[in-house]
Amino acid sequence: MDDFPPLSLHVPEPEVRPGGTPDFSNVPIPRAGSVPRPPVDVDPRDIRDLAFSIIRVLNREGEAVGPWSGLLCDEELLEGLRHMMTLRAFDARMLMAQRQGKTSFYMQHMGEEAVSCAFRKALEPGDMNFPTYRQAGLLIAGGYPMVDMMNQIFSNEADPLKGRQLPIMYSSKEHGFFSISGNLGTQFVQAVGWAMASAISNDTRIAAGWIGDGSTAESDFHAALVFASTYRAPVVLNIVNNQWAISTFQGIARGGSGTFAARGLGFGIPALRVDGNDYLAVYAVARWAVERARRNLGPTLIEYVTYRVGAHSTSDDPSAYRPKDESEAWPLGDPVIRLKNHLVRRGAWSEERHRQAEAEVMDSVIAAQKEAEKHGTLHSGGKPSVRDMFEGVYAEMPPHLRRQRHQAGV
Amino acid sequence: MPRMTMIEAIRSAIDIAMERDRRVVVFGEDVGYFGGVFRCTAGLQQKYGRTRCFDTPISELGIVGTAIGMAAYGLKPCVEVQFADYVYPAYDQIVSEAARIRYRSNGQFTCPIVIRMPSGGGIFGGQTHSQSPEALFTHVCGLKVVVPSNPRDAKGLLIAAIDDPDPVIFFEPKRLYNGPFDGHHERPVTPWSRHPLGEVDAGHFTVPLGKAEVRRKGDSVTVLAYGTMVYVAEAAAEETGIDAEIIDLRTLLPLDLDCIVESVRKTGRCVVVHEATLTSGFGAELAALVQEHCFYHLEAPVGRVTGWDTPYPHAQEWDYFPGPARVGEALVRAMEA
Ligand SMILES: Cc1ncc(C[n+]2csc(CCOP(=O)(O)OP(=O)(O)O)c2C)c(N)n1
Ligand SMILES: [Mg+2]
Repeated sequence: MDDFPPLSLHVPEPEVRPGGTPDFSNVPIPRAGSVPRPPVDVDPRDIRDLAFSIIRVLNREGEAVGPWSGLLCDEELLEGLRHMMTLRAFDARMLMAQRQGKTSFYMQHMGEEAVSCAFRKALEPGDMNFPTYRQAGLLIAGGYPMVDMMNQIFSNEADPLKGRQLPIMYSSKEHGFFSISGNLGTQFVQAVGWAMASAISNDTRIAAGWIGDGSTAESDFHAALVFASTYRAPVVLNIVNNQWAISTFQGIARGGSGTFAARGLGFGIPALRVDGNDYLAVYAVARWAVERARRNLGPTLIEYVTYRVGAHSTSDDPSAYRPKDESEAWPLGDPVIRLKNHLVRRGAWSEERHRQAEAEVMDSVIAAQKEAEKHGTLHSGGKPSVRDMFEGVYAEMPPHLRRQRHQAGV
Repeated sequence: MPRMTMIEAIRSAIDIAMERDRRVVVFGEDVGYFGGVFRCTAGLQQKYGRTRCFDTPISELGIVGTAIGMAAYGLKPCVEVQFADYVYPAYDQIVSEAARIRYRSNGQFTCPIVIRMPSGGGIFGGQTHSQSPEALFTHVCGLKVVVPSNPRDAKGLLIAAIDDPDPVIFFEPKRLYNGPFDGHHERPVTPWSRHPLGEVDAGHFTVPLGKAEVRRKGDSVTVLAYGTMVYVAEAAAEETGIDAEIIDLRTLLPLDLDCIVESVRKTGRCVVVHEATLTSGFGAELAALVQEHCFYHLEAPVGRVTGWDTPYPHAQEWDYFPGPARVGEALVRAMEA
């Protein structure tokens, strides 16, 4: 025993903090097109290395290459570009609205637009997402009206959730978007349950669960994997690794696991890592996983490697914990610019048309905002009623709550 | 004496506890390098190093579970749950483990941990940044439950909680972090620097757990309050002109029953206020104790003013929050009975 030195605690720390030079040289980026595309009924044991690589389609020259390319036509890609641009413009306007006091809170997607926008296109009507607060692209690409999103953000008289929920905690059953919870991780295992229900009911619909890198530390994540594995639930389990969980770098949640995707391996769940800033790669991998689920082959775990360019939320200032220029050093680039460059290269788009489209998209967001503001904003104009506060706790209001509502004079 | 916000007072308490006792370790989500989303632990990692103040994975169960294990070893963890609304994943560890380890091991193992968490509403935080779940913990034997209402108490109570040999749930009413709040949301915030209780001794001192404090002397009706509601009650007393005696309970478990009984026997009337929902709230325990111990002195039914029995809404925040108007009405009702 004598030759054992004293123990010491290992506490991971990011390579660089404010004042340092951003450095992502420890993030190996495989060449676009270099990762094979297995058949959907592959034995999970044969693709363990996909949990440690990064599936990429768009190369530096803006070409789509390799076995995961070739799934989307010009029109579909142009539509995808427009969805991402819309989400970005939407974020910009809502951040401004928050600063103007029209809402209390906002969370943006800057840099992560491809993940939710492209994934949505791989789903069918009737499928159900169990999202976090950073997948509004599912709604935008799913055709949910921006005005309704804004009505929710402004907590106004037309808010579909009656002012009860924090801004951006949307819910739309009709658009396959489960009610967002503020409690991290809870939705991930619920997605598995929804998928199990679909299987129990001999339905054909599938579910998609969503979680952030940081939140994979919650027990709900691990419970989701074990249930999905045991019952081979028809579910796609999505981890959005944007490198940060508020001020905490991804190494704290990842720990000794090489990657987040690798968490799936012990459960026998096929696990893939994908370039989250590559619209084509996200779509291709999503389609693969969705097909597996729909063919009753069971769950797939996907890690989207991306970067949270903006602040965590309007309550956060990242300059306190990471270098200001870190996002510029991020090696996977900007998802909007990458898809634009690809479309230009294909001859389906031009810088000129892109600038025009930016203006059009912004106009449509502003028009939606004008419409929404007619119904009020948080502190002015039309509001949800105080009665709404008492409704919906139960299907039928019990006597004690009726008494309280009466006491409140509404 | 220096002036401190409640955040600075809490930071000072932890700093002093870490300085005095190497066994004190501090951790939680965003608590290390950044110093906490409310900055209560800012600078502590830089001062005491990464193994005594660190960031954790986002797992409240993990935070509390490892704290319990460290306490079993002999450390004194003071951990943060980012918002009280996020404590539920740790509930099993707190209720089935932390609270009972001393009892079930006959004292072989103990659990001297502090679990800090911001609680309460008033910041448009919606249902997941506004809750007051104290009653879920006062119902658990083996725990102590503390709710300070000002910087001086926050510091003294937190040092006492860290010193305490048993697990303490420490709620920090977040609406009080930067100044007292009486429910008049339309008025500008008064900073702690302009309030006498913002004067906080820079050194070591404790405020004992289990001792209430009379915040306002009065003869007509006793108001039992804690946290933000202390100031709401003060405003209600001023605005109604009713000579209320306002007791800041400070520790809910164990409760300072003597202080309560002495006051209610004097005034003959009692109103209980809290932000948390009504049904099975801590007010129910208080009302029961008051009628048990003061029944023959009571001249009016014990009143309760609380949050409504709904999840905490976002837009209707001020219709939900039990503000001075509602508390004032209860005072008038108590006087007219
Ligand atoms: C149960 C729970 N614990 C803590 C929080 C506070 N919180 C909100 S977001 C967040 C970080 C989440 O990071 P990540 O999962 O990586 O998602 P991202 O914000 O990067 O999209 C934390 C700690 C919470 N909402 N719920
Ligand atoms: Mg993240």
